[in-house]
Amino acid sequence: MDWRASSSLGNKPSTSGRDDAFLLEPSPSEIDLYRLGAEELATKVSTAGNKRVLLHELLDISPFLNEAASAIVDDSFTRCFKSNPPEPWNWNLYLLPLWCLGVLVRYLVLFPIRVILLAAGWIVFLALFIPVHSILRGHDQLRKMLERGLVEFICGVFVASWTGVVKYHGPRPSRRPKQVFVANHTSMIDFIILEQMTAFAVIMQKHPGWVGLLQTTILESLGCIWFNRTEVKDREVVTKKIKQHIEDPETNPLLIFPEGTCVNNDYTVMFKKGAFELGCTVCPIAIKYNKIFVDAFWNSKKQSFTMHLVQLMCSWAVVCDVWYMEPQTLQPTETPIEFAERVRDMIAKSAGIKKVAWDGYLKYYRPSPKLTEKRQQKFAESLLPHLGEKKDI
Amino acid sequence: MGNTSSMLTQYDIEDVQEHCNGLFTQREIVSLYERFCQLDRNGKGFISADEFLSVPEFAVNPLSQRMLRMLDGLNFKDFVALLSVFSAKASFSHKLEFIFKLYDADGDGEVTRNDVLEVLQDLSGPFLSVEERQQVVNRAFEESGYSTGNTLTIEDFLKLWDKTGLKMEVEVPVD
Repeated sequence: MDWRASSSLGNKPSTSGRDDAFLLEPSPSEIDLYRLGAEELATKVSTAGNKRVLLHELLDISPFLNEAASAIVDDSFTRCFKSNPPEPWNWNLYLLPLWCLGVLVRYLVLFPIRVILLAAGWIVFLALFIPVHSILRGHDQLRKMLERGLVEFICGVFVASWTGVVKYHGPRPSRRPKQVFVANHTSMIDFIILEQMTAFAVIMQKHPGWVGLLQTTILESLGCIWFNRTEVKDREVVTKKIKQHIEDPETNPLLIFPEGTCVNNDYTVMFKKGAFELGCTVCPIAIKYNKIFVDAFWNSKKQSFTMHLVQLMCSWAVVCDVWYMEPQTLQPTETPIEFAERVRDMIAKSAGIKKVAWDGYLKYYRPSPKLTEKRQQKFAESLLPHLGEKKDI
Repeated sequence: MGNTSSMLTQYDIEDVQEHCNGLFTQREIVSLYERFCQLDRNGKGFISADEFLSVPEFAVNPLSQRMLRMLDGLNFKDFVALLSVFSAKASFSHKLEFIFKLYDADGDGEVTRNDVLEVLQDLSGPFLSVEERQQVVNRAFEESGYSTGNTLTIEDFLKLWDKTGLKMEVEVPVD
């Protein structure tokens, strides 16, 4: 194997423009996490220091190096976004032909059937939706009811096109004002799976392409709210829209994915507190996909949504469990962040996935320099005793 | 990227193992290769500084820029060789040489007061003033018997670490 790098050291690929401009403000709990880490580091540096020569203490950077190397070799953040394909089972003479047969069936039989089914479903949907949307313009109540039913229908068609086997646990979501639904996020199909049961209004990132078109036309009628990760002032605008939405009893129940990004269904990243400081009840929903049939994680950096759907349509089935859990409210002794963590605990436990204390947006942004500064501060403080005294040599 | 290990033949693994003087087992090398491919997003054969910095735990380390100077642009073989210093089997002097190299930015075999000042600046950030940093470094040098103008060589480092030993190791996760 040729180990030479494919381009010379001097030519570095250009970084995407947004990286340097946007540094992520750490959430208070992330600062906590780093304070603990930095304190540990400082004790390592300073307790040995009492017996050690100052120069040695100064030069021994091994704790920092250990952390850096440890992060390079494995880190809990990247783990959350790793696609874990199942172990290949087709490795011997008997199983290989069986697997090959399976591939033929999936690609040549199932896939065309599913495509036809999906196309037929869309034709029916559009044939009904467009008239309803334009003709019943005056009769909002009826129109919205029909549109909801139709959206639930087309989502059902989508789910059928992957042979989705979804088991719903718990009471179905009710339509009441002053409540939001939160769920863990693995792929955009989360939305479709939940939507076929209840027509939610959801908060989504605006996407390009045909998805964006669907968003602006059909999803708009459900009352969906759009956000933009790269806009700094976006949060305030979105929060206002959310508040307006939940006050209104006529709107569809609001679904929020507080992780802010797709995670690989083995882990959850920190929940953004926005959904938890609205002063309303929060109904947690947990979604867990069964990886034996297909890995439903949508790695948006590696695959377009279209390819993701095609991949799903070429698999045997999408099997998942959905748990609707008891509505939660902010307790008087909790902060919104603690509330978010408590709900995240519930969801992680229900779905059997692990929690990680990272902000999902670190996928798109660099961590704030404040986190580095915490460590630097601890180190500086450990050296201060050596500055104060004046020694007579 | 499910089948990364199939891109690495037995010859490749042995080649890399020899290059790092057997400090990693073959399973660890396979594991490191998966990690390398995970970080090297577009399969260029090396991990760019930007890609290293996309690991938040690495990006918040005060020494990340210094380490990047040693890591940037390495192909897989050299990447493993560099990380092999963190293996439990690596010798004490090998590890100490790594720390020395990190300080000795111009690679002339001598660590000057200025080198120490610069690393101290990385480590303490805005929390020590220039005077305070100089005070600490001067005090440290004087206490150990190095008058102004002395530089430190690797032998000096070895002397300083004589009694204490060095805990610098990282475990490579192997499934």
